[in-house]
Amino acid sequence: MATQIKLTVNGVARDLTVDDPQMPLLYALRDQLGLHGLHFGCGLAQCGACTVHYYGEALRCCVMPVSACAGAEIVTLEGLGTPEKPHPVQQAFVDEQAAQCGYCINGMIMQAAAFLAKNKRPTEAQVRQALAANLCKCGTHVRILRAVMRAAERMA
Amino acid sequence: MLDTPLSRRDFVKAGGALVVAFALAPRASAAAETLRWPERSVAPDEVASYIAIDAGGRVTLYSGKVELGTGALTALAQILAEELYVPLDRVATVQGDTALTPNQGPTYASLTIQQGGMQIRRAAATAREALLDLASRRLGQPKAELEIRQGIVGLRSGGEGLSYAQLVSERSLMLGLDPAAPLKDPKDYGIVGTPVPRRDIPAKIFGTFTFVQDVTLPGMLHARVVHPAAVGAKLEAWEDTACRKIPGYVRAVRKGNFLAVVATDEWAAVRASTAIAATWSAWAGLPDESRLFEYVRRSTVARNEVLQSAGDSAAALNGPGTALRATYELALNTHGSIGPSCAVADFQDRRLTVWTPSQASHLLRQQIAFMLRLPLERVRCIFVEGAGCYGRNGADDCSSEAALIASELGKPVRLQWMRADEHGWDPKSPPTLLDYRARIDGEDRIAAWEADIFVPERPTRRSGVTLLAATLAGLPRWGTGSGVYNAGLGIPYRIANNKLTAHWLADTPLPAAWIRAPGRMQNTFANESFLDEIAAAIGIDPFAIRVRHLDDRRGLELLDRLRAFAKWEPRGPRPRDVGAFARGRGMAYVKYELVRTYVGIVADVTVDRTTGGIKVDRVWVVHDCGQVINPDGLRNQIEGNVVQTVSRSLIEKVTFSRSAVTSLDWGSYPILTFPDVPDVAVELIDRRDEVPWGAGEPTTAVVPAAIANAVFDATGARLRSVPFRPETVLAALGRVTSK
Repeated sequence: MATQIKLTVNGVARDLTVDDPQMPLLYALRDQLGLHGLHFGCGLAQCGACTVHYYGEALRCCVMPVSACAGAEIVTLEGLGTPEKPHPVQQAFVDEQAAQCGYCINGMIMQAAAFLAKNKRPTEAQVRQALAANLCKCGTHVRILRAVMRAAERMA
Repeated sequence: MLDTPLSRRDFVKAGGALVVAFALAPRASAAAETLRWPERSVAPDEVASYIAIDAGGRVTLYSGKVELGTGALTALAQILAEELYVPLDRVATVQGDTALTPNQGPTYASLTIQQGGMQIRRAAATAREALLDLASRRLGQPKAELEIRQGIVGLRSGGEGLSYAQLVSERSLMLGLDPAAPLKDPKDYGIVGTPVPRRDIPAKIFGTFTFVQDVTLPGMLHARVVHPAAVGAKLEAWEDTACRKIPGYVRAVRKGNFLAVVATDEWAAVRASTAIAATWSAWAGLPDESRLFEYVRRSTVARNEVLQSAGDSAAALNGPGTALRATYELALNTHGSIGPSCAVADFQDRRLTVWTPSQASHLLRQQIAFMLRLPLERVRCIFVEGAGCYGRNGADDCSSEAALIASELGKPVRLQWMRADEHGWDPKSPPTLLDYRARIDGEDRIAAWEADIFVPERPTRRSGVTLLAATLAGLPRWGTGSGVYNAGLGIPYRIANNKLTAHWLADTPLPAAWIRAPGRMQNTFANESFLDEIAAAIGIDPFAIRVRHLDDRRGLELLDRLRAFAKWEPRGPRPRDVGAFARGRGMAYVKYELVRTYVGIVADVTVDRTTGGIKVDRVWVVHDCGQVINPDGLRNQIEGNVVQTVSRSLIEKVTFSRSAVTSLDWGSYPILTFPDVPDVAVELIDRRDEVPWGAGEPTTAVVPAAIANAVFDATGARLRSVPFRPETVLAALGRVTSK
């Protein structure tokens, strides 16, 4: 039986119709709303490729039932900033060329942006800890760290 | 219009020189209209296969080599723009489409710039010379009086010129690649050698990039596969009653041991894949993982092959002095792509189109056509970027399964592998065993060096790895199964009596394929570890022993620069840290495949004697791949090689039961994470007047040995089994203490 769920995504009120309230938010965002900035990486909340902001906190939407998001405020990579108006973390990732394949980068940016919103002027060790559960297989870590430290300076 | 229909190649060879003719472009042929696919030349020896110039002067690069997250496409565009004298922003790119782009071979083996880029450079040089000839005739001026600025050919003395667009309007450049076309003098380069930002990065950072996972077609269905419960299990029965209760469920597709579910939406497909009941036969044909290397040693040898030989090593092993022996082993790795493989396929009017993240769209096309018994011209593979693959991951298998499902449905279908599919079913980097023997004579010289490598038999031709859909469904299989090509093994040193013998094994536990620096990482780990053991036995510095056995100018310069860059102090015998934490540094060197890119690295490590944990603190790299196309892209590649291979060296290991892979997620197959990532310092040697060599793999080759040698420097313990997990390190430390 179809269920209606209302939530706010990137500042826009959305009405979703879902067959299964247990469906992870990921499929609603990617397939129903066409938001492809977040990616399916593991479906197990292990890698972080699907990270979105849920009331400003980093959330792995591959395991979050869509029904648990009723009324929630969600921001995705597309809502964080645009080429015309980039979020400082996005700008820093461009400046540092901090991507290889780029599949994990959504999670890196969303996790870092949520972290920096609450932690001004972190040390590099703190940034490493904040990103400890975000996986990258290309080995872009060195650049990602530089980008987040650069963004931290700008946001301080 | 970026794509111009092209006539057949129209040039004649006269007296060894190419006479170039420009033919009016004909209408698309009737055959092409029937297929509704564009008809372009994709022959790798024709200029038009690579380059099109439209009426607005926009240049399109058609590249058979593809962007796998390495920055290759930006670098290839730089090469083209430079050689054609056009601004980089005027170059658009099309990649990896069997209907549109030349067959430049798979994007692997660190050959994208070295081979693919040089084909593109030749194509651009040939086109530029032809354009100059054309302008010379149109302007009535000798070629020597002409010059090109930003795609406009004019007189050196000034005045109005003719744009490329004016020169080629209504025509196609129909000419063969001229291997003798003069190349631009590197001293005039303005684009090659500069750190141009990558073209794909902004879209990836703002969420507007289209990965293959994001491809959507009208009416597209979603599929999930239900892979066998054991590697060789047979599907005995299945039924989908439970699936029918799931809204959106369409049907199952079963062929032999291949089973998939299809639904109108993605989540319904996921649910159906867990709801379907499948009964698999019992199968337990895998070896005992705890005795893996005994299994490798006992495996049937299909063939022995001497890969490198000088002098008489067997005789020279016998004699006075010190005899050394060591055995090295490396576990299985998965590619571990962060995005599981995905492909979209559409089969209509007996024409199959596959959107694929494959490294090898032309090869995949052949394999899929063979599997489905379709004429080649009825199959088109279009590359769309997936997550980084680092070799032959599950991409082609997933693509083959999507193609099979689409051919059964007659509708467009998207197949997304789940995490366990990728970890479980990508072909693995095979276990590798290496035995080494040497004799040091009375004057501290290496009198003899012998090595044996035990690895699975390599494919006998460039046939690709068998497609999983063909294996499971019992369909025709193109090629010779699994395996790794293992090119360029051996030592880059001058040792009078040396020999390397490959023992190509008839079997390996799981289907095998290449992962970054295949065979070379394994061989270099053992070479550079064993040489370090010899240096320690003699009591000389690791740099000194390498210098002693090199007569290669570039190799020697690289070692000099690395020694200075890393501020290396000679090692030799010395007191070691005795506390809980032991610090040390080690180095390793390679001349990749013995014929190209030089890399030397120094690794600084800290060993926790209590836990056995190794922290790689910093890695220093000096890299010489000849002419550098994009220094920032190159640094990105080198950093990635280092971090990825620190992960493979310290942690990564596929586990399996007697039936199947058991490391099916990131919990059971952990990789390096941010807190443990080393700092990486890179020094590039840019040789503008040399040819460019590959950089996608060479740095990978030296990482495991540098770490092992650093651990020896810190503790006196030798690590000969990769990965260097804490239990391995503690056992090695125990052997030192008990001595």
